Amino acid sequence: MAEFIAEYGLIILVALKDTLVMVVLSTGFGYLLGIPLGIVAYVTDHGSISENAAVNAVAGWIINIVRSIPFIILILFLIPYTRFVMGTASGTRGVIFPLVISAAPFIARMVESSFNELDIGVIESAKAMGATNLQIIWKVLLPESFPSLLRGMAIATITIIGYIAMAGMVGGGGLGAVAINYGYYRYERPVMNVTMVLTILLVQLIQVAFNIIVRRVDKNR
Amino acid sequence: MIEIAHLTKEFDNPDKTKLGVLRDISLTVEDGDIYGIIGMSGAGKSTMLRLIGLLDTPTSGTITVEGKDLSTLAGKEKIDYYKTIGTVFQGYNLLMQKTVAQNVIFPLTLSRGYDKKAARERVAQLLELTGLIEKADVYPSQLSGGQKQRVAIARALATDPKLILCDEPTSALDSLTTQSILKLLEDINHRMGVTIIIITHEIAVVKKICNKVAVLEGGVLVDNGPIHQVLDSEMHPVTRSLFGREED
Repeated sequence: MAEFIAEYGLIILVALKDTLVMVVLSTGFGYLLGIPLGIVAYVTDHGSISENAAVNAVAGWIINIVRSIPFIILILFLIPYTRFVMGTASGTRGVIFPLVISAAPFIARMVESSFNELDIGVIESAKAMGATNLQIIWKVLLPESFPSLLRGMAIATITIIGYIAMAGMVGGGGLGAVAINYGYYRYERPVMNVTMVLTILLVQLIQVAFNIIVRRVDKNR
Repeated sequence: MIEIAHLTKEFDNPDKTKLGVLRDISLTVEDGDIYGIIGMSGAGKSTMLRLIGLLDTPTSGTITVEGKDLSTLAGKEKIDYYKTIGTVFQGYNLLMQKTVAQNVIFPLTLSRGYDKKAARERVAQLLELTGLIEKADVYPSQLSGGQKQRVAIARALATDPKLILCDEPTSALDSLTTQSILKLLEDINHRMGVTIIIITHEIAVVKKICNKVAVLEGGVLVDNGPIHQVLDSEMHPVTRSLFGREED
């Protein structure tokens, strides 16, 4: 036990920290891109507040094209662009860019579906009160779907954790890379087990935390 | 005063909208009226309210409110028009993540640089009027249907409108609650001189508070005028069945 900690303790701790940094940054930037994209997809939809078939189609294409590329392929495809943007295509830094690109369209769809859960009557009544489209987005759409957006964020965050582990295959950092490099290539079964348990705990923790937050935030229960 | 002249509305995609068409409707709503628009579902009542509320535009014909043809309004004028009317819906359409007081103040917050202190006072007044003063900080999910509709009415009054449009305001409520909501609307009309247009399929609503009634059938106006006058006239069969059903 002491031997194991001495040999791998630091490696695993650093990997855990790397995973956390990647989760936070890529989820954050993913939402920065995903929310506007989701808003555009929603408001330009047929029968919505700013119906526009052309813009809606373009938003739909972007989302669908990126979502249809398997993440592991997307990482490899993006390597030159990742180098350009991040300065490197490997390690923690090198993973964040493809993660954001991959997560944003997925997040956009989640955001759009949260908006679609809202009663269209509420949006129409805001319009009848003289709300502009921007006011509808800012004062009705986002606050009213906030609990649902948070629920979606839990799913998005956990999906991103899975993607990060995958990125470990191709030079990314984090727990996934440790599991692959030590647990798999070096047949260090205990390392595999520990990273597995840590990942499970991390996912559980995130889900429980989001559940508690949503329960506090959602006034429509 | 609202003058509706030869109002016609057709839909490109009638199956999708579920809204009834309108054919050559003309009627006048005087200030202070409580005008009931009654008819079966699909008769075009909701379409009419949507046109008056400027949520849709007519195929032909005009709606003139306070001398202004609605079809000429654009941009800012349109927004300003919206702020002179209040709308009450069957499904309440409240903001579920906001408190009662926040819901009532909401229309005021849409105007840039609104007076926050005056708005708060206005909200307190309206909550008093609608009997919701203790519910100010409660969320709509904790309210009964009747209370939710009171919030919606208070909200509709926030901008001090001349006209309130009611779209089946009591259809989701039990009869006792219906009575109290109608009483509230009547009060508002008497005390504040607000004109009310109320669409409904329940003749009891018309009898209880309306001074005028328009009967729609298949998008056509079959009877129209002050209630007693309509009752004294030789009524269209639809009107007769609507008024008759209640007495059975």
